[in-house]
Amino acid sequence: MKRGLIDFWVGLFVLVGLAAILFLALRVSTVSGQPAGSSYTITATFDNIGGLKVRAPVKSAGVLVGRVDSIDLDTERYLAKVTLSINQRYRFSRDSSAEILTSGLLGEQYIGITSGADDKMLQDGDAFKITSSAIILEQLISRFLFSKAAGDHEATPEK
Amino acid sequence: MAEWFYRFCQNLGHPLNTRLIKLGFACRFLLAILRHTPGILRRPRLLAREIWFAGVLSVLIISVSGLFVGMVLALQGYDTLQRFGASSSLGILVALSLVRELGPVVGALLFASRAGSAITAEVGLMKATEQLSAMEMMAVNPIARVIAPRFWGAFISMPLLAAMFSATGILGGYLIGVELLGLDAGSFWSQMQSAVDFRQDVLNGLIKSVFFGTAIALIAVFEGYDAPPTAEGISTATTRTVVTSALVTLILDFILTAFMFRGV
Amino acid sequence: MTDALVEFTAASFSYDDTPLLKNISMQVRRGQLVAIMGGSGSGKTTLLRLIGAQLQPDEGTVSVAGIDTRNLDEAGLYNLRSKIGMLFQFGALFTDLNVFDNVAFPLRERSRLPESMIRDLVLLKLQAVGLRGAAQLMPQELSGGMARRVALARAIALDPAIMLYDEPFTGLDPISLATIGKLIRELNDALGTASVIVTHDVQESLQLVDYIYFLADGVIVSAGTPDEIRASTHPFVQQFIHGRADGPVAFHKPAPPYLAQLGIGVQ
Repeated sequence: MKRGLIDFWVGLFVLVGLAAILFLALRVSTVSGQPAGSSYTITATFDNIGGLKVRAPVKSAGVLVGRVDSIDLDTERYLAKVTLSINQRYRFSRDSSAEILTSGLLGEQYIGITSGADDKMLQDGDAFKITSSAIILEQLISRFLFSKAAGDHEATPEK
Repeated sequence: MAEWFYRFCQNLGHPLNTRLIKLGFACRFLLAILRHTPGILRRPRLLAREIWFAGVLSVLIISVSGLFVGMVLALQGYDTLQRFGASSSLGILVALSLVRELGPVVGALLFASRAGSAITAEVGLMKATEQLSAMEMMAVNPIARVIAPRFWGAFISMPLLAAMFSATGILGGYLIGVELLGLDAGSFWSQMQSAVDFRQDVLNGLIKSVFFGTAIALIAVFEGYDAPPTAEGISTATTRTVVTSALVTLILDFILTAFMFRGV
Repeated sequence: MTDALVEFTAASFSYDDTPLLKNISMQVRRGQLVAIMGGSGSGKTTLLRLIGAQLQPDEGTVSVAGIDTRNLDEAGLYNLRSKIGMLFQFGALFTDLNVFDNVAFPLRERSRLPESMIRDLVLLKLQAVGLRGAAQLMPQELSGGMARRVALARAIALDPAIMLYDEPFTGLDPISLATIGKLIRELNDALGTASVIVTHDVQESLQLVDYIYFLADGVIVSAGTPDEIRASTHPFVQQFIHGRADGPVAFHKPAPPYLAQLGIGVQ
């Protein structure tokens, strides 16, 4: 094997290998988790987060704006404290609300942000004032069955 | 105290003792390779020949295997996913399994049997035919001239080959999923893209293959260098390279996955 | 200092408590061609490795070109070895390089000569062994004798002061054998090297060399010029040069009496 030929094949090999990595990077995956500094964190407390996971998407109007950074239990109030890391580009007013939604019936859970109308914006380290928890399917079903059963006897309002 | 400990280990039995000695020798060997690395950077020609030997010659087996593994994944995955009405997630399944696990691991196993064994046989043969001794007598260090380039050649080739394996696998999955089973091409790619994270999945997969590449490269050159200089010695050394590489790859894979696993 | 390029002074060497060489004293002078003879396992190759400083003596000294081989650091070792050329038993040509690159190897690795000068030198060395026409062949395309000649060209590439030959005649046909023998003698005389040949080819060596050491079980049992050796009455030398099956080196490995082991005969 001539030297020039080896060099040619090795060059081609490295090129194809890098192309494969590039393919995996650009076509197959997305680069998420912006480097520190280009995102800010906001916390939100929920009664129940259901099956929310760390790194779950945070969306506003269906657009991905950030990810769940960490999930903790606030042991004073026994509420779930979720830290969100939001892309610096997106700003939300102080009266925005966060809720835990499910994509499809069995899909993954994510956090949806609905913006309010306040002039002031949420700053790094702030918390959402208005939150609504995950819909727990079992609770929903049992509540439905319970009210159905109760409704058979008399029309009692829920709770 | 040291003396006592050494005697204690000897009493544990001959097999363990020889393995410990071998492990120690392998570590010293790695240090020697690293010490002679700067010399290689000044001579890229030597390295090019070894990348050709370890990398280019493995491209065919790696990419064909990748293609077929991807196609099988797509067929099996489709069968399972459609029971849950989630067949549109096929792209995610194929890409995640390949990028995170199969690319690095199966790629490493194939690499060990194709390139690792070849390196061991080549180095072992050089030892048996006194080529390494001849080099030593010509005042050329065989570790610098023969071992280190082969080590780095394999080291560089492995991640590139693993990436090729994953890429061809995903193309295979695309062929089956979209062309054969009629899934929508747009949703195949976009679902995949939104679910696969570059750092979490692709980069971690590449990091794995770097570890595997280091292990296989070291095992291959070491077994060759350590082989008894006979025909029988070389053939057992070659077998040992493949077996040890496979074991080490799978054990390392578990350790690395456990480290990278961030579930809550 | 004498002009002895290789000098053993009461050197001993043992491997894992098995003594391989015991109290060896010998010297090889400039321009001298010395053969070391002995049966398999008599320590001949160990002796060569001591000269090449791949091994160090446990006792006594081995000095090569005036340098003591013990306690050399890597630079000292390589400095020593750059004075030594060695022809290995089967040539030990690098299988992934062609003939030209094989001969050029020590020049490229050890000297800073420009490529054009390396080319001239390589062709010169190949011409000396008569294989300039084989420059572009790969080692596996060469016959055993040709491979050995290429290896010889490679060994003399850096004009060594000392040449070592490890079994240069093994496995060669008579013509190749004569060619190699002639080359060894010519190169030795032309370059003025001190040469050491390890061999068990008695007839070829007796015609070729200046001095012979006989080695048996790690000890020099006899030494002398070829004529002295032919005239020697030492039983081991007699057995060796005449190739007798039985003698001081017994045909039978020590064993209990045959009949007793078969269970026949009287107690």
